Amino acid sequence: MPDDTLFSEVLDPRNRADPYPIYKKLREVPVSRQRDGAYVVSTHAAIRALLFDPRLSSEDLPPSRRPRTGNPLRDWILNPIKNRIATSHRPLIFRDPPDHDTLREFVMKEFTIHRVNGLHGRVGSLVDDLIERCRGRDEVCLVEDLSYPLPVAVICDLLGVPEKDEPQFQKWATQLATALEPDARHDEASRHATVAAFDEISSYMRKLIRRKRRHPADDMLSGLAKPGREGNPSMGDIDLISTAILLLVAGHETTVNLITNGMLTLLRHPDELKKLKADPERAPRLIEELLRYEPPVHFRTRKALGDIKIEGTTIPKGAPVILLFAAGGRDPARFSNPNRFFPDREDNQHFGFGGGLHYCVGAPLARIEAEVALVALCRRLVEPELMADPPPYRSGASLRGPESLGIRISGINR
Amino acid sequence: MSAVDDPSIVIVGASLAGLRGAEALRDSGYTGPLTIVGDEPYRPYDRPPLSKHVLAGDLRAEATELPQLTAVRAQWRLGQAAVALDRAGRTIRLADDTVLPYRSLLVTTGARARPFPGAGAGLPGVHTIRGRDDAAALRSALAEKPRRVLIVGGGLIGCEAASCCRDLGLSVTLVDPNPTPLARVLGMLVGNSVAVRMKDAGVSFRPHTHVKAFESRNGKVARARLEDGGEIEADLVIVALGAERDARWLAKAGLLADGGGLTCDAACRAMTGEGAPDPHIYAAGDIARWPNPLFGDRLRTVEHWGNAVEQARHAARNMLAGRDDQKAYAHLPAFWSSQFDVNIKAIGSTEGADKIAIVHGSRTSGRFLAVYGRAGRTVAAVSFDEARWLPAYESQIACGAPFPPILDATDQAPIDHFSPGFPAPRLASESADTTERESIHA
Repeated sequence: MPDDTLFSEVLDPRNRADPYPIYKKLREVPVSRQRDGAYVVSTHAAIRALLFDPRLSSEDLPPSRRPRTGNPLRDWILNPIKNRIATSHRPLIFRDPPDHDTLREFVMKEFTIHRVNGLHGRVGSLVDDLIERCRGRDEVCLVEDLSYPLPVAVICDLLGVPEKDEPQFQKWATQLATALEPDARHDEASRHATVAAFDEISSYMRKLIRRKRRHPADDMLSGLAKPGREGNPSMGDIDLISTAILLLVAGHETTVNLITNGMLTLLRHPDELKKLKADPERAPRLIEELLRYEPPVHFRTRKALGDIKIEGTTIPKGAPVILLFAAGGRDPARFSNPNRFFPDREDNQHFGFGGGLHYCVGAPLARIEAEVALVALCRRLVEPELMADPPPYRSGASLRGPESLGIRISGINR
Repeated sequence: MSAVDDPSIVIVGASLAGLRGAEALRDSGYTGPLTIVGDEPYRPYDRPPLSKHVLAGDLRAEATELPQLTAVRAQWRLGQAAVALDRAGRTIRLADDTVLPYRSLLVTTGARARPFPGAGAGLPGVHTIRGRDDAAALRSALAEKPRRVLIVGGGLIGCEAASCCRDLGLSVTLVDPNPTPLARVLGMLVGNSVAVRMKDAGVSFRPHTHVKAFESRNGKVARARLEDGGEIEADLVIVALGAERDARWLAKAGLLADGGGLTCDAACRAMTGEGAPDPHIYAAGDIARWPNPLFGDRLRTVEHWGNAVEQARHAARNMLAGRDDQKAYAHLPAFWSSQFDVNIKAIGSTEGADKIAIVHGSRTSGRFLAVYGRAGRTVAAVSFDEARWLPAYESQIACGAPFPPILDATDQAPIDHFSPGFPAPRLASESADTTERESIHA
């Protein structure tokens, strides 16, 4: 009899530091029904098949996960923007075709490889500054000192948020990311804080968009806000706000995790750290392996629109389907020695950025940020050493990463 | 003596299948002598670009040579067709009378363009597209800016050629006996979408049209004479009537072979007239007609790129395996075609389909995914710029799911069923080759 409570063990914060043994047990039944009626998909083949199945919907999250005050009427009166975002203008990560496609196309037109590559220099100088600030100390708190501030600064730069507003953005991003965590049973106070952050950022974005319309600059928000040509409508205001918030939230904590998990993994594999220091060209392959080995997003939830027969199981219509990407990345049927961190791995088809329709829009940017940060950290931190292994983790099981990562150092190279 | 120690393996057909088969033999550890025979003077080359990039002038015909993914260390006998087979003596004879002994033979001779059956087929200005030389000659003729191009046959090759010619700014007429292009491959319902795109691109499509002969002026083709007495002016003609096989040398040796292919058993071994497989002769690619378990073991050839690769590897595996370790070959056909700014991808076999449903997108938008059913089962799916869900339909086709296979999908309007509109099968006397609808490609 397969254990139908394994996924609750995944959610248990006590297993945050090493969920992989539970993933191994889950893979014994590729698509396994949990006691609460959700279906957990944990093998590479099954995840892959379902990513390309049109019967899986990203819409219609269970109502409990929608931000709300508890009173729909008050919600509507107090904040029409938020309400409209939560109903008819949800961000594209929670939309199905054809609406998803229209929204994504707008974003992709602005999120060009040209624009992303143009951020390379900016990422480099941000990283250098952040490391420089640690000079004179004998320990670095990686999350606080670098992983956390870097992505928000980069997203603000990409969107065209003035530098002075960045600290405010940091706060909103932190609070809103908790709402993306499907497993967290938020306490009332936290939910109110999320709603408040949502309100604040919505009205901030609305004003910023108006400003961008009047004074367009060479940034993404100006590009998205510019009026469309005939027969080619531009994005409406509410969609724009919703998209900007999505880019902030989705691009923030995930990148924090990628950088922090990356440094943690390198400190646990000192040979790889040495090799990367000697040869920064190894960075791209190393980051792909990292995305497989310690992905920033462990799972995403979808919903079955119809009965889906897969791997001997029928997922019934309406059931939540949890695509456990991080378990697929450790599937021995797909990867030899899956629990070994091995940057020279060939054919590394990971789910680090998801896959299919909702494949991460920001993947090229995340790669650049992780590459620049990890190479600089390896080069500049002198004799780095982990202060605690495992480090303390944040509570989230999906957007999983250390809460802090103390690194003892004996200096900082130029 | 086990097959692995055989002193010589001969591959007849310096083709995609021949090369991939040779590589698979080496990859599996075969170190013995290997000879590859080809009737053309060229090393194996890739055909899909011939009717696309080569005609467009974006790629030289010589640049289609296939790379060796593994060093095959073969002795090449190029420019010499195999003309005779002695199964008892285990030798083949080449056109120059060389006799090659074999312990194991892999036949990968593929197919050739079916020639125009009427008068005037050999006139200057009448072209076919199958080989490298054909494509190179046609490309230089197109570069001369012919005034009127006539394409005979609205299959995949004919349509791709029409698309290329329009891109080159040439005046193009395409004739086909059916009411729409691609009618035999995809049915008339989907074929009509191609007809619309053709019209928008400025191709003059003439349905229900049979060409009887080509006529000349000053020793060069000048017009096509139609069965109904009409005529179409043309100073360049492309005949795209599908493929046929030269299998006479195999049939003479007592194998079950004709213009439709060389019959094999499930393990890719050639069948003899006595109804038993010849354990020393294997076939793969366009020439091989075998009982595909995914088609209820009906004997079929699959003339697509992907099958040439997979079947050759499978045959190579069986060639090196013991007699009691011969594995059956199953294959889900798939092809792609790019024409008129649309990317067509197809999976499965539309043969005998009696139902069709548009399951994603719409024909009016030009982007859609159509699924074909046969006797209540899902047998094929075809995408016009809407391939993202194709993998899900592929697994439904492979397991013979009920038609239509996926309901309740995202972005799916209520599904209506139609008749796919396949033309009536041609009579045996019209064509010995029943697989023209599966004409080469991808």
